[in-house]
Amino acid sequence: MSEQAIDVRDLVVRAGGLRAVRGVSFAIPPGGRMGLVGESGSGKTLTALSLMGLLPAGLGATGRILHDGADLLTLSDRRFSNRRGRTLSMIFQDPLSALNPVQRVGEQIASVIRRHTGAGRQAAMAQVVDLAAQMKLPRPEEIVRAYPHQLSGGQQQRLMIAMALSCYPQLIIADEPTTALDVTVQREVLRLLSAAVDERGSALLMITHDLPVVAAMCETVAVMYGGTIVEIGPVAEVFRDPRHPYTRGLLDSQPDIDRIAPDGSSRLESIPGMVPPLHALPKGCAFRPRCAFATELCERMPPLEGGARKAACWHPVSGPRGAAP
Amino acid sequence: MSEQPILELRGVTQEYPLPRRGLLGARPMLKAVDDVDFAVAAGQAVGLVGESGAGKTTLTRMLTGVEQPTSGDVLFEGRNIWTSGQDHWLNFRRSVQVVLQNPRSSLDPRMRVGHSLLEPLRSLGIEGDHRARVAEVLGQVGLDAAALDKFPHQFSGGQLQRIAIARGLMPRPRVLIADEPVSALDVSIQAQVLNLLKSLVTDLGLGLILIAHDLSVVAYTTSAAAVMSGGRVVERGPPLELFRAPQAPETRALVDAVLTVERGLAGKALE
Repeated sequence: MSEQAIDVRDLVVRAGGLRAVRGVSFAIPPGGRMGLVGESGSGKTLTALSLMGLLPAGLGATGRILHDGADLLTLSDRRFSNRRGRTLSMIFQDPLSALNPVQRVGEQIASVIRRHTGAGRQAAMAQVVDLAAQMKLPRPEEIVRAYPHQLSGGQQQRLMIAMALSCYPQLIIADEPTTALDVTVQREVLRLLSAAVDERGSALLMITHDLPVVAAMCETVAVMYGGTIVEIGPVAEVFRDPRHPYTRGLLDSQPDIDRIAPDGSSRLESIPGMVPPLHALPKGCAFRPRCAFATELCERMPPLEGGARKAACWHPVSGPRGAAP
Repeated sequence: MSEQPILELRGVTQEYPLPRRGLLGARPMLKAVDDVDFAVAAGQAVGLVGESGAGKTTLTRMLTGVEQPTSGDVLFEGRNIWTSGQDHWLNFRRSVQVVLQNPRSSLDPRMRVGHSLLEPLRSLGIEGDHRARVAEVLGQVGLDAAALDKFPHQFSGGQLQRIAIARGLMPRPRVLIADEPVSALDVSIQAQVLNLLKSLVTDLGLGLILIAHDLSVVAYTTSAAAVMSGGRVVERGPPLELFRAPQAPETRALVDAVLTVERGLAGKALE
């Protein structure tokens, strides 16, 4: 089948008569790290939920999701449950809503370990304490006995990471794992996530709108817009020399403190208009109405073409960022 | 700043009582804001940075007159808002407006946008025909008149934040306080809103107080900033100087936390 940690082929997610994800393909090798970047409505979160078999009721996925010798889209609910938390797991944006409020955090993590490894209660709890210590939590024996509301956001998210990593998964999906945290806590959590993923040899899929986080954490990046991948490739190439006008627009609208003029004269480049709603996606390239380079040709959907890096654009831009296009 | 500030805090402290520890004795007090000076002048943009719990929100509540400080003075046009009488209070309330983080919760979902825009004038008791003012304000934030008959759910986050800014501008304020105005918005939209705020300062001579946790956003938008931690201002200065040569450890922690694409690619961001 596939040698990849995850191999997604032509994934389509339908919501009613609309396609929210419109043919997405990517693969992450074992131990690889990919960022999936997009704004709200781009389809990035639905892509992640499809991988976890957690799409909301009424939404259906088609295509192929190859992982650990199986096509996840063909698995029964029961067989999927046997994998979730074991071969692939997910870290959610808001730990407080992802954790059970009436169960001690240690027990929640231990239940994942017990289910998938058959470990006994005490052995599982000992592993949980070890994991908490790896996550640099102070007094781990005490912290695992706390309820979620007794912990800070940073502590909760470290425990979520511990839970996601507890069974040495081949793939970890992290959906905006630090967006809800304070900026100074964000860095520490990213560092811990990075070290823990490395140590286990797990592959990482980071779902985020935060380009600097992807630059710091990932090897490759896929940029989504209007339910499709518009650009994909090695992160340094894509971010330093973007081909798709949307990627470039995203990069230019970052307030980068190293580029701000002290006299206050800096103007951020902004992308005009807004992300189109699903029911009003334009024909052809979805970015066309906001794009300075659009022509009649763009009414036909551009293919995602190229070698290691690909862009879906009839009029790709090039040249270093910061120069006027 | 040689110019006379429009809105100013002088030596302001705010304490809240905590639960009693024992049966007897005084209730312990929490100092949410501790002896803070802060000011904004016309045509000036100042930033307020700090982590959650630093006291930014309490400071905002005193700047807007929602809370009266335990001690210290809140001055509008040089006069204390709490002791200068009804006329001065009304003038203050009209002249200091707020834009909040999430426009989806700060705009009434059942009220048409045109109606929402008139709300501040109604609550301030400003009579008259405001159609011309509505049109003018919509133009200032870059929206067209078709927006007036729609409901909030029909707009994207960025458009809603423009509407929230328009609502703040309706009573012709002299100071706009923006509390994390872009952190709930998509990246491509954040730049639009920051550019809009910046041009309001230049074009209308508005005083802007920008509250944010992201030093890059503050550095881009303002010319002076204060760093808060534990209820105190620990450092102030032009944001780029704070960034290049942070003195206080709390400022350094914020500076170290700034991630940029280039630093990330250089592999130094998480060291």
